[in-house]
Amino acid sequence: MIPISWYLIVAAALFSIGLFGVLARKNAVAILLGVELMLNAVNINLVTFWRYNAPETVTGQVFAIIVFAVAAAEVAVGLALIISIYRNRKTVVADELDMMKW
Amino acid sequence: MNAFTPSMVMAILPEILLLTLVFLVLIFELIWKKEDGRNLGWLTAGGLLLILVVSAFLGKPAEASTVFGGMLRYDALGFIFKMLFIFGAMLTALFMMDSEKLGQRGESYILLLVATIGMNLMATSADLIMLYLAIETTSIPMYILAGFMRDDEKSTEAGLKYLLFGAMASTVMLYGFSLIFGFSGSTALEAITGFSMPLAVGIILLMAAGIGFKISLAPFHFWAPDVYEGAPTPVAGFLSTASKAAGFAVIMRLFIGLFPTGQYAQMWTLTLAILATLTMTVGNLIALRQTNIKRMLAYSSIAHAGYALVGAVSLSELGVGSVTFYLIAYVLTNLAAFGIIAAFSRIAGSDEISAYAGMSRRSPGLALAMLVAFLSLTGMPPFGGFVAKVFVFAAAVEANMIWLAVVGVLNSIIGVYYYLTVLKVVYLHRMEGENEEAHPIPLTRPYAIALTILSAGILLVGVIFGPWFNAASAAATGLF
Repeated sequence: MIPISWYLIVAAALFSIGLFGVLARKNAVAILLGVELMLNAVNINLVTFWRYNAPETVTGQVFAIIVFAVAAAEVAVGLALIISIYRNRKTVVADELDMMKW
Repeated sequence: MNAFTPSMVMAILPEILLLTLVFLVLIFELIWKKEDGRNLGWLTAGGLLLILVVSAFLGKPAEASTVFGGMLRYDALGFIFKMLFIFGAMLTALFMMDSEKLGQRGESYILLLVATIGMNLMATSADLIMLYLAIETTSIPMYILAGFMRDDEKSTEAGLKYLLFGAMASTVMLYGFSLIFGFSGSTALEAITGFSMPLAVGIILLMAAGIGFKISLAPFHFWAPDVYEGAPTPVAGFLSTASKAAGFAVIMRLFIGLFPTGQYAQMWTLTLAILATLTMTVGNLIALRQTNIKRMLAYSSIAHAGYALVGAVSLSELGVGSVTFYLIAYVLTNLAAFGIIAAFSRIAGSDEISAYAGMSRRSPGLALAMLVAFLSLTGMPPFGGFVAKVFVFAAAVEANMIWLAVVGVLNSIIGVYYYLTVLKVVYLHRMEGENEEAHPIPLTRPYAIALTILSAGILLVGVIFGPWFNAASAAATGLF
């Protein structure tokens, strides 16, 4: 069987890539995608821990399902906000959304 | 444990009633479509008042227990915070009624109510899954409310910034949750124990980042001024009070629940104490140079999160009691401040501090309410803000964190400057042309009712603080 640490390393790497995307990308859609990567890293973690540590309970699975249901809701709201910004400003680049500073 | 008992319904009575109110608003929006949209506001505010009274009498827990298969705690801490959220939502509904665009639409009230349900669950959840779900139930409606004015460039920008920061912060915290689940094998807060050293550090930092965002602690505060400035003013008021109080409820449940004693307790209290110092200092110093009153209040509310955190890191019954009391006083005060700004900018059309010149002549009543609210924010007796600060700093001294109390007091002194500057503009400056009588600021009925309640509340909490502090201290009993 594949050691548990392999899965955790993949999840940690995915989480870091997502976090880097959120912090470094300029496009609002790309930032949302970064958040999605981070959420999926969490899901890998949850399912792995469930499978290796506590396969007799459903806690980990339920947690993962709730996480991706919430992620879907968050993305729906996020894209709606991005569209309404695009209609007003004709841009989705985070650097140009700078009406309010300091 | 899994058997159903009537007391379980009592545990979620406020949430059931809130959900009923959501459906009522949905139905009546269709029925009243052609009429004045303000009816929906009266329905929401009246319904919330009813819920507040009913659950205050029926929903009070006799003794702390865990219900719904370990998902929710039914105890005094949850009860007092629920009352606070419902009260905050009621006044926010009143402020929303005459707010442009917000007040005429049923959706805004529904989102407000759903966010309140989420906060109630945040304050009572006893399980990581429930906690995450509650945090998102609160956040997602608030994202929409912040960006509610679709045609307004600032409002949509505020909504998107709030969403991007919020989604990232809650995901970071969620990663911490997944590690907790993995290494303890359970998601119930009661059952979680036994971390090795480096892991506990990581989990504490991940959770501090997530919750730090919610209550706008210093390194995670960047969203707050932009969102408060851009969001509709009543929504900004709700964000800075009820939403922040919910974050504190989670801090007390999560950190005190997971690491009540031992070296890890020292570690997180020290981490949060450093963040509190940073938060108070950054908030107050940047607030000094603000020209927009909403941004100034945003930085002031960052500083206030720092003061309240001083009580939380004391890790004692007095500490928890003092934080709860601080939040009661703070919710009253800051809701009043944002309500006044909403009432003023509706007529004057500006949020710049300079626009407040001559306000005491344009509307003496509103200026008086502003005096009460800002002096309470400053921490002057006999208002609520003073007593609250005394208790919080007392808790820090009791916990041998005298340096933290000193930092807090010094920061309060910085705060005096910018609050009084606003009052100076309100009372001593004259409007351009000196014809204030020609530009009165009429108060509509919802504003008048809400501001009267809040001003009276600020005075009441400040003068007769005994019963309030006893109620706040009772919250601590279920935790230790």
